[in-house]
Amino acid sequence: MISPENILNWILFTPLAGAALVLLIPGERRNLIRLLSNVTMLAGFLVSLPLVGWFDKTNPGFQFTLSAEWIPSLGVRYELGIDGISFWLVLLTTLLGFLAVLSSWAFIQERVKEYYIMFLLLQTGMLGVFMALDLFLFYVFWEVMLVPMYFIIGIWGHERRLYAAIKFFLYTLFGSVLMLLGILGLYFFHAGVHQSGGVCPSVGVAGHTVAEVYTFSVPVYLDFARALPFEWQFWIFWAFFISFAIKVPMFPFHTWLPDAHTEAPTAGSVILAGVLLKMGSYGLMRFSLPMFPDAAIHAVPYVVGLSLIAIIYGALVCLMQKDMKKLIAYSSVSHMGFVTLGIFALNQAGLEGSLLQQINHGLSTGALFLIVGLLYERRHTREISEFGGLSTPMPMFAAIYLIISLASLGMPLLNGFVGEFVILVGTWQVNRMWAVMAAVGIILAAAYLLWLYQRVMFGEVTNPKNKTLKDINLREAMTLVPLVVLCFWIGVYPQPYFEAMRASIQQVVARVHGAAKPPAPVAAPVQTPAPPAAPAASEEAPATR
Amino acid sequence: MWSEFFQPRDLASILPQLQLTVFACGILLMDFLLDRKHKYMNAVTALLGIAFSGYSVWALSDKQEHAFRGLLVVDPFFVFFSTVFLGAAAIVILMSVRYLEVEDELEGEYYALILFATVGMMFLASGVDLITLFIGLELMAISFYLLTGFLRRDRRSAEAAIKYFLLGTFSTGILIYGFSILYGISGSTSLYRVAEAVRMRGLNDPVVFLAMAAVAAGLFFKVAAVPFHQWAPDAYEGAPTPITAFISVGSKAASFALLLRIFLVSLGAVRPHWEVLLAVVAVATMTIGNLAAIGQTNIKRLLAYSSIGHVGYILLGLVSGNDTGRMGISIYIFAYAAMTLGAFAVVTGMRRNGAVGDTLDDMRGLIFRNPTAAVLMLVFLLSLTGIPPLVGFYGKWFIFLSLIETGHYYLAVFAALYVVVALYYYFRIVVMMFLQDAREPEKIEFSPGLVVTLGLTLLLTVLPGLYPEPLIQLAQFSILPYR
Repeated sequence: MISPENILNWILFTPLAGAALVLLIPGERRNLIRLLSNVTMLAGFLVSLPLVGWFDKTNPGFQFTLSAEWIPSLGVRYELGIDGISFWLVLLTTLLGFLAVLSSWAFIQERVKEYYIMFLLLQTGMLGVFMALDLFLFYVFWEVMLVPMYFIIGIWGHERRLYAAIKFFLYTLFGSVLMLLGILGLYFFHAGVHQSGGVCPSVGVAGHTVAEVYTFSVPVYLDFARALPFEWQFWIFWAFFISFAIKVPMFPFHTWLPDAHTEAPTAGSVILAGVLLKMGSYGLMRFSLPMFPDAAIHAVPYVVGLSLIAIIYGALVCLMQKDMKKLIAYSSVSHMGFVTLGIFALNQAGLEGSLLQQINHGLSTGALFLIVGLLYERRHTREISEFGGLSTPMPMFAAIYLIISLASLGMPLLNGFVGEFVILVGTWQVNRMWAVMAAVGIILAAAYLLWLYQRVMFGEVTNPKNKTLKDINLREAMTLVPLVVLCFWIGVYPQPYFEAMRASIQQVVARVHGAAKPPAPVAAPVQTPAPPAAPAASEEAPATR
Repeated sequence: MWSEFFQPRDLASILPQLQLTVFACGILLMDFLLDRKHKYMNAVTALLGIAFSGYSVWALSDKQEHAFRGLLVVDPFFVFFSTVFLGAAAIVILMSVRYLEVEDELEGEYYALILFATVGMMFLASGVDLITLFIGLELMAISFYLLTGFLRRDRRSAEAAIKYFLLGTFSTGILIYGFSILYGISGSTSLYRVAEAVRMRGLNDPVVFLAMAAVAAGLFFKVAAVPFHQWAPDAYEGAPTPITAFISVGSKAASFALLLRIFLVSLGAVRPHWEVLLAVVAVATMTIGNLAAIGQTNIKRLLAYSSIGHVGYILLGLVSGNDTGRMGISIYIFAYAAMTLGAFAVVTGMRRNGAVGDTLDDMRGLIFRNPTAAVLMLVFLLSLTGIPPLVGFYGKWFIFLSLIETGHYYLAVFAALYVVVALYYYFRIVVMMFLQDAREPEKIEFSPGLVVTLGLTLLLTVLPGLYPEPLIQLAQFSILPYR
């Protein structure tokens, strides 16, 4: 049964098993498929809950680790594990995945079976990204997850879905192939140090067994990579960074986001905004900062500049939107700007606030997309001008929407405030100007979200079609209420959330600022290492080929 | 003297080729006795021949020896490539049975020619003598000229055959010119003697350079590398679809076997020259192949240009030139064979009575008309793009790694970014299959032979992707002669 040793396998494979079961059900039995998928996602969420009890808050390292051999001659292992950073993102994924699938019950009427299979596969892919402790495995999940998302946008999306879907795929793939080269570069340097008999920062005197020479293990690279000379750190850092920046998305790479988020079906938008964007910021926190600290410090002015542009530009663009969904999509650009700003403050407060803000953004923007989805299901339009005065026919809906809007714009006692405030504290410690400029973004957020709320909900019902709109039903309430509860919980008492992430983030900050920085690899890896080949390298890998 | 030349040991080392030849001749005779209903027996016989030949190859797999006084060699390189050729031939034959019925071209020569082409390919992989190699090359090429024009009533087929033939013989002429210079400087047709002579003459000898350029041009034609690639789209489009698959996989793999032997053995001493040449050609090939594929509306043409793009990647493995790169070439060729055959099998299945089925538009809504075929095509296309964990990813993986190991960073970035372009045009097919509604609602049934083909190619695409260890071992085995 579920134990701390195998819980990550349970979390990872529950959706996959569900997908296999759905595949066996004939496509006509649509309600059975829906039921089974919802049950699977609920089960996926439930099996992730024991993590909360078992998680050791004082341990900065990886917990619940699993390890098995996969491709011995390349040194690839099936390694999973989570720490304080991925802990929250895994829980966020299992929760939002369940809510997103629940929200699709009535909306998806065509090709139901394929839809749920895609969603279950997507869930496994996303969880794999957050849990993988092997760079190769990470990359596999990172790529695999694109395919179901492509189809979710492309098949069940709105009018311009084909364009949006391929744009999403191409942008992400562009980044990922660069990351692949970065991974290969690390792998090559690491093998070179071991083969030349140098001193490897992760294990001391370099060993010569295949397992030591060829590895993709994240813990090993966390120690190894940051001791690399600046020049190599620099190139590999940017190779990774572009991939993550596209995913976040940061300012010049953000143009896929409004298309993909707007055209995707509701559940797809929820997952895109709630989870997929977090993969980029997770990558920055997991890989970019601790592995390439020198390059990261060097990059701070550029990245902060882009983040500030994203915060303000994203917010200004929101003010111009006529389409509700597009407005929410652009608000993600602005909010994720805060996240990257916090990360590149490179201090405890900045990173903690940033991680919390990632959760907040997942909850509140996810909820906003659900809300737009509810309106779309009733009216089949997303034009702001089509609505007005909806609080009269839909009072319950109005209350929930108001809370979520306030949470998103950073009202005290709600979650957004905590995250943004802590990020600003962290930024203030570094550079006051940055904090001031970011604060402008908060004001603009209040403007565009409240203005949107006003235009949609307040006033007289001008459009006769809106007079008879039904208020939310039980299923819809079930998707929104948990998010509202969490918004309040984090807003009022964020302490447990910070506590769980503190130790791991302290370790990241320590790595960035060079505490106990290991000596540089002694033998510069200039020689060509032997091929990743088992027979030749089994005893002692030759230095040249 | 004859007994000295024809030793039983020598015959044993060409047993796989002999068996194929016997079965091919058998088919030619047997064809007269078969009525229309039983023409499929030709295919069965051909498959039987391949099975025998495959067994003989397997029996040779632990050998590393020369035969016929150094005309050819039996080594792991030969065994690996022969396995690919025989597997491809078997799959192509399975694809062809229904296709020929639909086209109403039931002549048994078709299968005999496939076997003869395979014999030629196997000599290309085993020959270490310029004459042997040339005969193998011509045997393969002439079989393919005939097969390309096999649909006599189809103008496209005839046009393709003529184009392929004219350009092919022209390039063969250039190649043989290069061979003659190599013979001139060494006084021998043995690749090893040639290698010695080239080494003696050194890097700056213009004659060696001329020979290298001529040989390279001829070989670039055979593998369809830029600027000698123009025949490929026309030949691919016009040829019967199973033959297109066979040209794309078998002919290409065999030509790479030849190219590797000549460049690594005979021209190894002038590596600095051809490394630059190959790098330039590889980049040009990737660029033109991938960019030209974007605009195609015929799937066979699209796959033709994409296969040109793949040639660029394989050439890069030779540019980096370490063991990782050579392993990458082996893995890439294996992966390319599996996924390309699979993709062409789906295209073959689209050919039905009253429908040619090879345009992009014909794939419209395939998910509703034959869901299994659509999903399989998706898997093959993802693998061709290089999405993990499918077999195509590992070919690219090794090539990229070898480029980084040898310091070719720009080439690595360049090659990696073309993956994005490739995704775009492959997904034009995916868009048609999954995201567009079908014009005609009726289902498309695939013949039993195609189902077997698709099953095999799917296994070869997915299983080595999920667990590549055996494939990596096989690749290490295949490059033993060049370590």
